[in-house]
Amino acid sequence: MKLTCRGTEPQVITVGAPRIDAAAAIQFKDAMRAALLPEARRVILDLSAVEFIDSSGLGAIVAVKKSMAPGQQLDLAGLTPMVDKLFRLTRMETIFVLFPTLAAAEASALSEPALRFGSDAPGH
Amino acid sequence: MALSSAKRSDNQHPLCPEMTLEIGSSPMDVRRALVRATEALVRGGYGPQFRGIVELVLAEALNNIVEHAYAGQGAGRIQVRLLELPGAICLQLRDRGAPMPGLVLPEGRLKPLGHDGDLPEGGFGWYLIRRLASEVSYRRDAGENILEIAVAREPECAAEGSGGSDRLR
Repeated sequence: MKLTCRGTEPQVITVGAPRIDAAAAIQFKDAMRAALLPEARRVILDLSAVEFIDSSGLGAIVAVKKSMAPGQQLDLAGLTPMVDKLFRLTRMETIFVLFPTLAAAEASALSEPALRFGSDAPGH
Repeated sequence: MALSSAKRSDNQHPLCPEMTLEIGSSPMDVRRALVRATEALVRGGYGPQFRGIVELVLAEALNNIVEHAYAGQGAGRIQVRLLELPGAICLQLRDRGAPMPGLVLPEGRLKPLGHDGDLPEGGFGWYLIRRLASEVSYRRDAGENILEIAVAREPECAAEGSGGSDRLR
C-alpha cells in the first residue's frame, strides 16, 4: 500500500492506491501505523485517489483511528462519491470530520489549529 | 420482482451486462470479480453511481462468503452471476461453504458507533447490503448456499439526482 506523507502539523497522508478493500485492509493498517508521526496532533488522510472502499477498508480506517494516541485526531479528505456514500451510510461522519478536498482540510487546519472533534468544545 | 424467475442467458451482446464467473475464495479473487462486474455494467451502459452501489453490494456479499462460509481458507469456489432484470441488476452467488447460521440472513443492523475505544471495526457488511439492495434471498440447496440480491436502478440514482449518466442506454 503506497502512502505519501507530508508535514507534521497537520501531517498529511495521501493514499496512492485506488482500493482499500479486503485484499488491502491489513497492508493499509500496517502502512498507516508505520507512517503516523507520534508528534502530529492532527492527521489528514487524503483519500482523493481512492475509488473504492468496502467495509473491510472502513474497518481498517477505524482501527487506525483507534490505534492513535488520545491527543491525536484523524480527519478524512478528498472522498470520492462512492467512498463518501459509504462513510455517510455507516454514519462515520459522526466519528470523523470529512472534508471534500485536501485543500479544505488544510484550510481548516490553518484557521483552527486546535480543532478537536466533540468533547473539547466549550459548553453553552 | 421475482428473483427466482431470473434465467441464465450468457448473452454477449455489446449492451448486455450479464455474466457468469467462477472464482476462488481469496480476497484477490473477490477484487478481480468486482473489476469484471464493473466492466460488465459499463458494457451495459450503467452509470458510475449505480455501478458503485452494485460493486459495494457484491463486495460485501463475496467478502462474507470468503470470511464466513469458507472461513478465510481461500480454496473454495464461488459462482458469481450478474443478471439484468427490468429496472434492476440481480447478483446470484453460489458457494459450497458453511451454511448461514440458522439458515437465515443476518439482520444487518447498524450497531451504535460509540466513541474511540469501542468503535466497531466490522459488522457493516450486511447492513450495507440490506441498505442498498432492493431484495435479498437465501437458500441452502444440496450443500450449496444460493444468495440472490437485487439492486434496483431507479430509487438510489434518482435520489442522488445526477440524472442522465445513470440512465440505461
